[in-house]
Amino acid sequence: MKTYTVYVPSDSASRSVGAEAVAERIEFEALKRKVHVILVRNGTRGALWLEPLVEVETELGRTAYGPVCVYDVPSLFDAHFYEGATHRLSLGLTDNIEWLRSQDRVTFARVGITDPLSLRDYEEHGGFTGLRKALKMEPMEIIYELSSSGLRGRGGAGFPAGIKWRTVLQSGSEKKYVCCNADEGDSGTFADRILMEGDPFTLLEGMTIAGITVGADEGVIYIRSEYPDAIKTMERAILIAREKGWLGQNVLGSSHAFNIRIRSGAGSYVCGEETAMLESIEGKRGVVRSKPPLPAIEGLFGKPTIINNVLTLSSVPAIIADGSDSYQKRGVGRSLGTQVFQLAGNVSRGGIVELGFGVTLDSLVNEYGGGTRTGRPVKAVQVGGPLGAYFPPSSFNISMDYESLLEAGGMLGHGGIVVFDDSVDMLEQAKFAMEFCAEESCGKCTPCRLGSTRGAELLGLMAGGINIEGNKKILLDICEVMTDGSLCAMGGLTPLPVKSAMLHFESEFSSKKGELR
Amino acid sequence: MSYVPWSKDEASRLLSQTSVQPGPVLISLQAIQTFFGYVPDAAIGLIALACNVTRAEVHGVLTFYSDLRTAPPPTHHVRVCVAEACQSVGSRALEEGLRDAGLGYEQAFCFGNCALGPAVNINSKLMGRASVDSVMKEMNE
Repeated sequence: MKTYTVYVPSDSASRSVGAEAVAERIEFEALKRKVHVILVRNGTRGALWLEPLVEVETELGRTAYGPVCVYDVPSLFDAHFYEGATHRLSLGLTDNIEWLRSQDRVTFARVGITDPLSLRDYEEHGGFTGLRKALKMEPMEIIYELSSSGLRGRGGAGFPAGIKWRTVLQSGSEKKYVCCNADEGDSGTFADRILMEGDPFTLLEGMTIAGITVGADEGVIYIRSEYPDAIKTMERAILIAREKGWLGQNVLGSSHAFNIRIRSGAGSYVCGEETAMLESIEGKRGVVRSKPPLPAIEGLFGKPTIINNVLTLSSVPAIIADGSDSYQKRGVGRSLGTQVFQLAGNVSRGGIVELGFGVTLDSLVNEYGGGTRTGRPVKAVQVGGPLGAYFPPSSFNISMDYESLLEAGGMLGHGGIVVFDDSVDMLEQAKFAMEFCAEESCGKCTPCRLGSTRGAELLGLMAGGINIEGNKKILLDICEVMTDGSLCAMGGLTPLPVKSAMLHFESEFSSKKGELR
Repeated sequence: MSYVPWSKDEASRLLSQTSVQPGPVLISLQAIQTFFGYVPDAAIGLIALACNVTRAEVHGVLTFYSDLRTAPPPTHHVRVCVAEACQSVGSRALEEGLRDAGLGYEQAFCFGNCALGPAVNINSKLMGRASVDSVMKEMNE
């Protein structure tokens, strides 16, 4: 009897729109119709607008159907989809779907293709190549590769990874740590989650390379509690890696020891700030530390610590495996390599778009994103999470890289792009930015703690049409103090969405609007 | 979700595992809550003792993190994402609808389902493109 391989994603986004029911129904129908189906639960390909995306292995490659609803499953079987036959939901070969084909997947090379917890899949698709190579290299050679690749911190700060690693390498401490920041709290970002749920071994491999490079024997992944599936997948991946002798006393049979454990967050946004995260891993209140000392010198439990985001660490295996040249020839200026953009919010085709830096905002929002989901005109996009700037369509020619965004008065952040249609009230969004900061501020520094509350109050007054011009002046003053006086990016960047909304959508903050209210 | 009724012995057993780990306070609180559904007042002294810190320190950590509860959770724990990406696809209207329907819920900031919003989480089950109808249907299941 012929065996058919069918893929149904198991990541939490796909399951939130019914992938679990689809998978169950496929198993049920297969049994009923005596079709021998092997069901593989892969990660998502990142085309979230097509989820649940069902794929079938055919001679020509994987053929896709989507979005599949549980009620479509019987008709898919009627049409013999398991042989790759056409159906109302046919999307052709997955590799030929233009939205995916045109991307440049480096960090996300395996996500959606493999069974996330199959080490065999992982190895067959290039896994371990980077680590094996790294084990034969000198630490400074690895750091040289990393520096030449141009890899910068993907969590938002954009700090060169090579410099950070070198600092930790050169610190004279017996005990060192590698911490992975997986506290992906920015609204509009989900790349860390999708990677951890779809290709967990890549992150473990990147952390292991970091560990053997700087001489750390312990890694910690701090994952937010809102990602229970990512925590589960990473925990299972760590167990598998330990069983196979990859993690433990002798990494892949070498003399290096490296272990990884997971710490779960507890619902605090500010714990995504690296020093607050360290406090939280140490079991304390997630209060930001003053810098210096830098975590690379005095980090977790006072020891030198590499802190990198999930995407930074997950890019390392590919960089070491394929060499820095291959990575740094992508991108523009000082923003080299690829960025995993996330199209979110009111967008027609949302999901993961990995491309070299330098793609325009317009291309992402309109070509990949296909405009708004509601079909109304795009009015604004917020780039870089709750602390990122709002841009109107007239700014859509911005090149998406660290420097250009900074120049345009924004920041790349973690690469999330939230699209809004013309029904959005920009004053309300500015007010929300302040309210969010007030809610999530750790409270350590005054500009953030008080500025956010006062800022929200002022915007509330303005929304009510009260002394708009006068309050605007005070608000800008507060913004300045927050920007210059806050300890960390939470208070320091909250003015960005506020001021960009005021700049680009001035009429919504004017007296005229107030009178209308 | 089912939780175990408070028991000092069970709590001590849990704490014997968490308190020996580095940075034990938060994970101890999390372990207690995972097991009992919340952190009862009686647990604070036990945690302080097990972790060799003051009650004040335990209280400080307990009150910092929004996940940690000092009272049992509702039978149906409904969390509605109210962050930007979900706002852009109508989370404010969804909140209004749920209030009108008389459903109690908590506000949450981001479940990482930002391309398929509005996101609602009911007893840890994540729902995408949620509407008042789909939430109420899920509640009745």
